Amino acid sequence: MAKVSVRFFARYAELAGCDWSAVTVSTPATVSDVIARVREVFPGTQAMPTRPLAALNRRQVTLDTSVTEGDEVALLPPLSGG
Amino acid sequence: MMMHLTRHRIEVADLLTEVQGPERGGTSVFLGTVRNDADVTGIDYSAYEAMAFEEIQRILSEALERWPEARVTLQHRLGLIPAGEASIAIAAAAPHREQAFAACRHVIEAVKQRLPVWKKEIHADGSSIWVDPSGHPVTNESLC
Repeated sequence: MAKVSVRFFARYAELAGCDWSAVTVSTPATVSDVIARVREVFPGTQAMPTRPLAALNRRQVTLDTSVTEGDEVALLPPLSGG
Repeated sequence: MMMHLTRHRIEVADLLTEVQGPERGGTSVFLGTVRNDADVTGIDYSAYEAMAFEEIQRILSEALERWPEARVTLQHRLGLIPAGEASIAIAAAAPHREQAFAACRHVIEAVKQRLPVWKKEIHADGSSIWVDPSGHPVTNESLC
Protein backbone atom coordinates (compact mmCIF):
# COMPACT_ATOMS: atom_id res chain seq x y z
CA MET A 1 0.00 0.00 0.00
CA ALA A 2 1.13 3.57 -0.66
CA LYS A 3 -0.12 6.77 0.94
CA VAL A 4 -0.22 9.60 -1.60
CA SER A 5 -0.99 13.29 -1.08
CA VAL A 6 -3.64 14.71 -3.37
CA ARG A 7 -4.11 18.38 -4.18
CA PHE A 8 -7.16 19.95 -5.77
CA PHE A 9 -7.29 23.34 -7.43
CA ALA A 10 -9.88 25.85 -8.61
CA ARG A 11 -13.14 24.14 -9.67
CA TYR A 12 -11.88 20.72 -8.60
CA ALA A 13 -11.27 21.98 -5.06
CA GLU A 14 -14.91 23.08 -4.96
CA LEU A 15 -16.03 19.66 -6.19
CA ALA A 16 -13.87 17.86 -3.63
CA GLY A 17 -14.78 20.24 -0.81
CA CYS A 18 -11.12 20.63 0.13
CA ASP A 19 -7.82 21.54 -1.49
CA TRP A 20 -5.66 18.84 0.04
CA SER A 21 -6.07 15.26 1.20
CA ALA A 22 -4.30 11.92 1.20
CA VAL A 23 -5.45 8.57 -0.11
CA THR A 24 -4.06 5.06 0.19
CA VAL A 25 -3.79 2.83 -2.86
CA SER A 26 -2.65 -0.75 -3.39
CA THR A 27 0.74 -1.01 -5.06
CA PRO A 28 1.82 -1.11 -7.78
CA ALA A 29 -0.32 1.93 -8.55
CA THR A 30 -0.58 4.67 -11.14
CA VAL A 31 -1.95 8.21 -11.13
CA SER A 32 -5.09 6.74 -12.64
CA ASP A 33 -5.52 4.45 -9.60
CA VAL A 34 -5.17 7.47 -7.31
CA ILE A 35 -7.87 9.30 -9.26
CA ALA A 36 -10.18 6.28 -9.03
CA ARG A 37 -9.70 6.25 -5.24
CA VAL A 38 -10.31 10.00 -5.08
CA ARG A 39 -13.63 9.55 -6.88
CA GLU A 40 -14.69 7.05 -4.20
CA VAL A 41 -13.63 9.20 -1.25
CA PHE A 42 -14.86 12.52 -2.66
CA PRO A 43 -18.08 11.83 -4.60
CA GLY A 44 -18.20 15.43 -5.86
CA THR A 45 -15.09 14.75 -7.94
CA GLN A 46 -17.06 12.31 -10.09
CA ALA A 47 -17.96 15.46 -12.05
CA MET A 48 -14.31 15.74 -13.11
CA PRO A 49 -13.48 14.57 -16.64
CA THR A 50 -12.75 10.87 -17.09
CA ARG A 51 -9.12 11.73 -17.76
CA PRO A 52 -8.25 14.99 -15.99
CA LEU A 53 -4.90 16.72 -16.29
CA ALA A 54 -2.60 15.61 -13.49
CA ALA A 55 0.79 16.46 -12.08
CA LEU A 56 3.08 14.21 -10.07
CA ASN A 57 5.49 15.97 -7.75
CA ARG A 58 4.92 19.27 -9.59
CA ARG A 59 5.37 17.97 -13.14
CA GLN A 60 2.54 17.27 -15.55
CA VAL A 61 2.35 13.52 -16.28
CA THR A 62 0.23 10.99 -18.11
CA LEU A 63 -2.24 9.00 -16.05
CA ASP A 64 -0.32 5.73 -16.46
CA THR A 65 2.65 7.12 -14.51
CA SER A 66 3.55 5.06 -11.43
CA VAL A 67 3.16 6.51 -7.95
CA THR A 68 4.96 5.52 -4.76
CA GLU A 69 4.66 6.22 -1.05
CA GLY A 70 4.88 9.94 -0.26
CA ASP A 71 4.21 11.19 -3.79
CA GLU A 72 2.06 14.25 -4.42
CA VAL A 73 -0.60 14.02 -7.11
CA ALA A 74 -2.26 17.26 -8.21
CA LEU A 75 -5.49 17.30 -10.19
CA LEU A 76 -5.51 20.25 -12.57
CA PRO A 77 -8.57 21.81 -14.22
CA PRO A 78 -7.95 23.05 -17.79
CA LEU A 79 -5.10 25.55 -17.50
CA SER A 80 -5.98 29.19 -18.12
CA GLY A 81 -2.94 31.24 -17.20
CA GLY A 82 -1.82 34.42 -18.89
CA MET B 1 16.05 38.90 -9.10
CA MET B 2 12.55 38.98 -10.61
CA MET B 3 9.70 37.50 -8.57
CA HIS B 4 7.87 35.57 -11.27
CA LEU B 5 4.65 35.28 -9.27
CA THR B 6 3.34 38.39 -7.57
CA ARG B 7 0.22 39.69 -5.89
CA HIS B 8 1.14 43.27 -6.66
CA ARG B 9 0.65 45.44 -9.73
CA ILE B 10 3.12 44.53 -12.48
CA GLU B 11 5.77 47.15 -13.17
CA VAL B 12 6.99 46.70 -16.76
CA ALA B 13 10.07 48.83 -16.06
CA ASP B 14 11.28 46.17 -13.62
CA LEU B 15 11.12 43.51 -16.36
CA LEU B 16 12.95 45.77 -18.81
CA THR B 17 15.73 46.32 -16.29
CA GLU B 18 16.07 42.55 -16.04
CA VAL B 19 16.55 41.91 -19.78
CA GLN B 20 17.94 45.00 -21.45
CA GLY B 21 21.63 45.56 -22.16
CA PRO B 22 23.77 47.46 -24.66
CA GLU B 23 24.42 44.32 -26.71
CA ARG B 24 20.69 43.66 -27.12
CA GLY B 25 19.22 46.07 -29.68
CA GLY B 26 15.65 44.75 -29.79
CA THR B 27 13.20 44.41 -26.93
CA SER B 28 9.72 42.94 -27.18
CA VAL B 29 7.12 43.21 -24.42
CA PHE B 30 3.85 41.29 -24.18
CA LEU B 31 1.18 42.39 -21.72
CA GLY B 32 -1.92 40.35 -20.99
CA THR B 33 -4.64 42.55 -19.56
CA VAL B 34 -7.98 41.73 -17.92
CA ARG B 35 -10.78 42.62 -20.34
CA ASN B 36 -14.06 44.17 -19.24
CA ASP B 37 -16.10 41.65 -21.26
CA ALA B 38 -19.83 41.91 -20.55
CA ASP B 39 -20.04 42.94 -16.88
CA VAL B 40 -16.69 41.55 -15.77
CA THR B 41 -15.10 43.81 -13.18
CA GLY B 42 -12.04 41.67 -12.54
CA ILE B 43 -10.52 38.20 -12.54
CA ASP B 44 -9.36 36.31 -9.49
CA TYR B 45 -6.27 34.31 -10.50
CA SER B 46 -5.16 31.30 -8.48
CA ALA B 47 -2.27 28.91 -9.05
CA TYR B 48 -0.51 25.78 -7.96
CA GLU B 49 2.29 28.10 -6.96
CA ALA B 50 5.09 25.60 -6.30
CA MET B 51 4.58 23.96 -9.70
CA ALA B 52 4.01 27.28 -11.47
CA PHE B 53 7.31 28.60 -10.13
CA GLU B 54 9.18 25.53 -11.37
CA GLU B 55 7.37 25.56 -14.72
CA ILE B 56 8.29 29.21 -15.28
CA GLN B 57 11.95 28.35 -14.64
CA ARG B 58 11.72 25.55 -17.19
CA ILE B 59 10.01 27.76 -19.79
CA LEU B 60 12.60 30.53 -19.43
CA SER B 61 15.46 28.01 -19.54
CA GLU B 62 14.09 26.53 -22.74
CA ALA B 63 13.86 30.01 -24.28
CA LEU B 64 17.48 30.68 -23.34
CA GLU B 65 18.57 27.40 -24.92
CA ARG B 66 16.75 28.27 -28.12
CA TRP B 67 17.84 31.93 -28.25
CA PRO B 68 21.16 31.96 -26.32
CA GLU B 69 21.79 35.64 -26.99
CA ALA B 70 18.38 36.68 -25.67
CA ARG B 71 17.32 37.54 -22.15
CA VAL B 72 13.70 36.78 -21.26
CA THR B 73 11.70 37.20 -18.09
CA LEU B 74 8.08 37.17 -17.06
CA GLN B 75 5.83 38.08 -14.20
CA HIS B 76 2.36 36.60 -13.59
CA ARG B 77 0.08 38.35 -11.15
CA LEU B 78 -2.22 36.34 -8.84
CA GLY B 79 -5.22 37.33 -6.75
CA LEU B 80 -7.99 39.72 -7.76
CA ILE B 81 -6.98 41.83 -10.75
CA PRO B 82 -9.34 44.64 -11.80
CA ALA B 83 -10.32 44.98 -15.46
CA GLY B 84 -7.77 47.06 -17.32
CA GLU B 85 -4.77 45.89 -15.29
CA ALA B 86 -2.13 43.42 -16.47
CA SER B 87 -2.21 39.80 -15.36
CA ILE B 88 1.03 38.86 -17.12
CA ALA B 89 4.02 40.63 -18.60
CA ILE B 90 6.82 39.10 -20.65
CA ALA B 91 9.92 40.97 -21.77
CA ALA B 92 12.46 39.59 -24.23
CA ALA B 93 15.57 41.42 -25.38
CA ALA B 94 17.95 40.16 -28.05
CA PRO B 95 20.59 41.51 -30.41
CA HIS B 96 17.96 41.77 -33.16
CA ARG B 97 14.19 42.17 -33.17
CA GLU B 98 13.39 38.83 -34.81
CA GLN B 99 14.82 36.93 -31.85
CA ALA B 100 13.12 39.23 -29.36
CA PHE B 101 9.70 38.83 -30.97
CA ALA B 102 10.13 35.06 -31.35
CA ALA B 103 11.29 34.49 -27.77
CA CYS B 104 8.46 36.62 -26.37
CA ARG B 105 5.87 34.76 -28.46
CA HIS B 106 7.33 31.39 -27.52
CA VAL B 107 7.10 32.16 -23.80
CA ILE B 108 3.48 33.37 -23.80
CA GLU B 109 2.38 30.33 -25.80
CA ALA B 110 4.21 28.02 -23.36
CA VAL B 111 2.59 29.82 -20.41
CA LYS B 112 -0.85 29.30 -21.94
CA GLN B 113 -0.22 25.59 -22.42
CA ARG B 114 1.70 24.69 -19.28
CA LEU B 115 1.30 27.10 -16.37
CA PRO B 116 -1.01 25.75 -13.62
CA VAL B 117 -3.05 28.94 -13.22
CA TRP B 118 -6.83 29.33 -13.16
CA LYS B 119 -9.15 32.28 -13.43
CA LYS B 120 -12.47 33.12 -11.88
CA GLU B 121 -14.38 36.01 -13.41
CA ILE B 122 -15.95 38.49 -11.03
CA HIS B 123 -19.11 40.18 -12.29
CA ALA B 124 -20.66 43.54 -11.45
CA ASP B 125 -23.55 41.89 -9.58
CA GLY B 126 -21.07 40.17 -7.24
CA SER B 127 -21.37 36.73 -8.84
CA SER B 128 -18.28 34.80 -9.91
CA ILE B 129 -17.59 31.92 -12.25
CA TRP B 130 -14.59 29.79 -13.26
CA VAL B 131 -13.70 30.20 -16.91
CA ASP B 132 -11.88 27.80 -19.21
CA PRO B 133 -8.89 28.68 -21.41
CA SER B 134 -11.18 30.05 -24.12
CA GLY B 135 -12.99 32.24 -21.61
CA HIS B 136 -16.18 30.16 -21.46
CA PRO B 137 -17.83 29.38 -18.11
CA VAL B 138 -16.80 26.08 -16.52
CA THR B 139 -19.76 23.92 -15.53
CA ASN B 140 -20.00 20.30 -14.49
CA GLU B 141 -21.21 19.54 -18.00
CA SER B 142 -18.25 21.25 -19.65
CA LEU B 143 -15.83 19.39 -17.36
CA CYS B 144 -17.02 16.03 -18.66
